[in-house]
Amino acid sequence: MRLITHNMLKSNIKGVESGYPLGIEVVKMEEQELEFNPDFIRNMLAKLEWDAFRAAATALEAGGELPEEVTEEMKGDEEVLRRVHHALMEVHLVEGELVCPETGRKFPVRQGVPNMLLHEDEI
Amino acid sequence: MSRPELQTPPELFYNDKMSKKYNSNSRMVGIQAEISDRCIELLNIPPGQSYFILDVGCGSGLSGEALEEAGHVWLGVDISRDMLDVANERETDFGDLCQHDMGTGLPFRPATFDGCISVSALQWLCYAQTSEQVAKTRLLRFFSSLYATLKRGSRAALQFYPDSTEQAVLISSCAARAGFTGGLVIDYPNSTKAKKYYLCLSFEHGYKTPAAKRAEPEGGAAAAKFDGGSRERRGHRGKPKKGKVAKTRNWVLAKKDQQRRQGRDVRDDNKFTGRKRKDKF
Repeated sequence: MRLITHNMLKSNIKGVESGYPLGIEVVKMEEQELEFNPDFIRNMLAKLEWDAFRAAATALEAGGELPEEVTEEMKGDEEVLRRVHHALMEVHLVEGELVCPETGRKFPVRQGVPNMLLHEDEI
Repeated sequence: MSRPELQTPPELFYNDKMSKKYNSNSRMVGIQAEISDRCIELLNIPPGQSYFILDVGCGSGLSGEALEEAGHVWLGVDISRDMLDVANERETDFGDLCQHDMGTGLPFRPATFDGCISVSALQWLCYAQTSEQVAKTRLLRFFSSLYATLKRGSRAALQFYPDSTEQAVLISSCAARAGFTGGLVIDYPNSTKAKKYYLCLSFEHGYKTPAAKRAEPEGGAAAAKFDGGSRERRGHRGKPKKGKVAKTRNWVLAKKDQQRRQGRDVRDDNKFTGRKRKDKF
């Protein structure tokens, strides 16, 4: 699971208000190189929940130096875009857990696939 | 072949053995790739753009491969762990996977995806697998969560196999209730085998569903349209008047053409085709 996925995921247990962002407990992580596409990253910047992204990048120690907030200059700075690309697309959480911020329910991540299935009483 | 939806829930039907079979059967792989390409085409993405696409019911990642070839980054959701394991082995560069049941609502925050495709998955929602599940509730939950999680202005193209007209109407009316505009596009409506249903959804008012593919330009009505919020409306066809069907030469030629398209054995046309018999033998 990449951080781009983590940034989109929320817990949708019945009764939970926002369920976002999910906490990360790391057991194993991995890095895989990926082609850098500056246009895609620029498009994603508008959609990322930046604070959640920074927190997650810190948890996975993939941040390097990420700026505190998204600015216009950033979109032209390839150096920064590359760092965002690395944290967003190249770092994978292979084994671990995602934690719902409100209920503390844990969603396991096995072999890079988060299991977001709900129990019957959570729907 | 009987419909797998009637036998077992998807997470049990697509077990280890079935997932591997699905992935190695070249006919299935071919059909899936073709449907995926058509779905991507229906999203109408400007060329050269790299989008973030949601793939509902991604299965073994065949549709993801098509998305990747088109240059997009994707996130696949599926309920079957065995299918996801097969997809995982594929080592896709631009895809991510997540295990989830779409009938309980998609677990994503609002306005995140630039589009959504789905290949042969929607009809699974129509079958209640346990006593707690109600088809309509599950469909509504899915469509309303999809409505929330798509970026405004984006589109969704969902291919499915309805087992009856009522089912197709149920699915599209649920989509309309969630607020989508759009309608069904039926490719190759005259063929039993190649016929495919695509539910094309959009946020735009007055969105016109794309033209359906067919063997020849003429043929029956292929695209059913509905407006957001309102029930599906169909033109009244009315009963044909008894005893007044004039079987003209053109009518016969059209009929023969239709049967040819269905792959039946049809006599060649000649000067006697559609000619009236003499009154007396």
